[in-house]
Amino acid sequence: MEHSGASIHLSAVVNVFVTFSNEEKRSLSLGGHVGFDSLPHQLVSKSVTQGFCFNILCVGETGIGKSTLMNTLFNTMFENEEASHYQNGVYLRPRTYDLQESNVHLKLTIVDTVGFGDQINKEDSYRPIVDYIDTQFENYLQEELKIKRSLFNYHDTRIHICLYFISPTGHSLKSLDLVTMKKLDSKVNIIPIIAKADTISKSELHKFKIKIMSELVSNGVQIYQFPTDDEAVTEINSSMNAHLPFAVVGSIEEVKVGNKMVRARQYPWGVVQVENESHCDFVKLREMLIRVNMEDLREQTHARHYELYRRCKLEEMGFKDTDPDSQPFSLQETYEAKRKEFLSDLQRKEEEMRQMFVNKVKETEAELKEKERELHDKFEQLKRMHQEEKRKVEEKRRDLEEEMNAFNRRKVAAETLSLSQPLKKDKDKKK
Amino acid sequence: QSDKEYVGFATLPNQVHRKSVKKGFDFTLLVAGESGLGKSTLVNSLFLTDLHKDRKLLNAEERINQTVEITKHTVDIEEKGVKLKLTIVDTPGFGDAVNNTECWKPITDYIDQQFEQYFRDESGLNRKNIQDNRVHCCLYFIPPFGHGLRPVDVQFMKALMEKVNVVPLISKADCLTPGEMKKMKDRVREETDKYGLKVYQFPDCDSDEDEEFKQQDRELKESTPFAVIGSNTVVEARGQRVRGRLYPWGIVEVENPSHCDFVKLRNMLIRTHMHDLKDITCDVHYENYRAQCIQQMTSKLTQDNRVESPIPILPLSTPDVETEKLIKMKDEELRRMQEMLQKMQQQMHEQDL
Repeated sequence: MEHSGASIHLSAVVNVFVTFSNEEKRSLSLGGHVGFDSLPHQLVSKSVTQGFCFNILCVGETGIGKSTLMNTLFNTMFENEEASHYQNGVYLRPRTYDLQESNVHLKLTIVDTVGFGDQINKEDSYRPIVDYIDTQFENYLQEELKIKRSLFNYHDTRIHICLYFISPTGHSLKSLDLVTMKKLDSKVNIIPIIAKADTISKSELHKFKIKIMSELVSNGVQIYQFPTDDEAVTEINSSMNAHLPFAVVGSIEEVKVGNKMVRARQYPWGVVQVENESHCDFVKLREMLIRVNMEDLREQTHARHYELYRRCKLEEMGFKDTDPDSQPFSLQETYEAKRKEFLSDLQRKEEEMRQMFVNKVKETEAELKEKERELHDKFEQLKRMHQEEKRKVEEKRRDLEEEMNAFNRRKVAAETLSLSQPLKKDKDKKK
Repeated sequence: QSDKEYVGFATLPNQVHRKSVKKGFDFTLLVAGESGLGKSTLVNSLFLTDLHKDRKLLNAEERINQTVEITKHTVDIEEKGVKLKLTIVDTPGFGDAVNNTECWKPITDYIDQQFEQYFRDESGLNRKNIQDNRVHCCLYFIPPFGHGLRPVDVQFMKALMEKVNVVPLISKADCLTPGEMKKMKDRVREETDKYGLKVYQFPDCDSDEDEEFKQQDRELKESTPFAVIGSNTVVEARGQRVRGRLYPWGIVEVENPSHCDFVKLRNMLIRTHMHDLKDITCDVHYENYRAQCIQQMTSKLTQDNRVESPIPILPLSTPDVETEKLIKMKDEELRRMQEMLQKMQQQMHEQDL
């Protein structure tokens, strides 16, 4: 009886397990402290030991203040010489720095666009920038597709944020700005900023910002929106979204205001303080870019922009996610198919080459045979001529011999005649 | 001198003054530079009128393929009985497109057109009411956001320096601290020399002027290119109402010489050198154009063998370069032949001896 009871019990348990897989997930309450709430800490300490990496691309005209702003943001004098206005084209200059704050290491790469906006014909100005971003994606993709890969210590050079520096004309965007941002918005997170904002008064600034945003919206340019789905930061992020584009002023010089030394620009009519929120939006930019959303920027770059690039690239190469029957293709199958295709291609090429080789050999053979035959004919001909000549010469010789013989005979005949004649004379005399 | 010896032609300046006031003056000013550098605001500040009411600014999208237009505004202004017919020629669209190759061409064409029209009028039979629309001065606005002159600035000034008086200005000067401003001005002056750009030079003052005037003149010359700020609004500063820009950190006064060079520009352009600008336009730029035009016409005439010319001109006194070369060559040949002839004569003479 117990036996059967136990078996019933067991089957009941089994039943539970079987039905489990068909039911929805349900949450359980814990009876005590398990300890997996330390998981985030473990993740954090792992990433701290690994170190962080962040890549910024600064796009803007020569002299607009890109380098100064970087120096001001990171409170460091990055070495850089002033660029000239007379470059032949646009080229990108990446520089990597190792920074440390408390125990956090940051590998910061700043990419500068040298020569942007200086040429008279700027139709191709956006191209080097797009190419650079694509190249970084390509490098990462290559690493990802390797057989033996080491993603955990791969130096990620993909651009996480593009700061687009808008010239403070006070009217609207420039045509070059619009064209460039449209080319970049699907590849990178863009934050537009108004550079050298101490040349625009408050009322003008308000109108300028509205005009810029409306132009971006009406032309379908997607700029980076600070995320509002995380409760902790939703309020500050949504209020910052309303202040875009940030009007910034950069400075590494310090001026005494009150009894403190602050970073500022000193004019005859006043002092513009970089970190004074009523003077400019520098503090907002720093807050958003570095202190609140840096990690989100990295995530967006990887999850959205990189994935888009990867998908396009792989589709180009002929990979698909579903075959014509809408069954999911596994990557392995695709690889196999590709490999077979490649091998058969190879074979075909080999065949072609062999065929060509054989043909060539045949041709050459035929040529050689032809030549041989000609030679042979010539030889025959010469032989015949030679024989002909020999015969003629023989004939002549025989003729000559004949003549000689005949001559000899005559000579002998003549001699004997002359010999017998004198005797006859003598005989006649004696009588 | 006693009254008897006094002839009276010392009143000539007064007579000239009276007549000129009666006749009135005219002045044409061309402003060029990219959008958003404050050209219209500066012109308003200079002449204290609002010339640009209700103008429509284009969006960035519309400007991608924009061509350069030429727009003219003419106003009659009067001050203390002196009438001035002021024409401002604006160049919307300059430098705004993505591809700005030869974007200065419409501007040079416009200037040439005005020269041509004046040339025809001057050579016509009835010269009573000639309208002088020639451009007397071109204010070129250099953006202060860069490190000096850009390629488009250099190309523009090269194309225009032979046709009009170019006065380069550093616009929106409230973007540069005094140290940065000095660096920028030095840079622009250096690059102007380096690329051989001929901008308008103030005439040297006479050696018999007093020291203070000379000092002022020197200071004026040393502070070129002028760094200007314009404003359409009046603000309250230091108890007075002045034209200026209100910032959270201070007030920029347009007419304060320690804030910008607006006053210097205004003095130079309107109060002291306006007539000099007109004179140089008439005597130098227009004459160059006229001489070129005539040469082209006569060389065409000799090619076409036409006797009549549409404009009464004196026959060409200076032969052009080609014929001169030919003449030189022929002279050389002649000389050589003469030398040879002499040598031969000598030889013959020696042989005879």
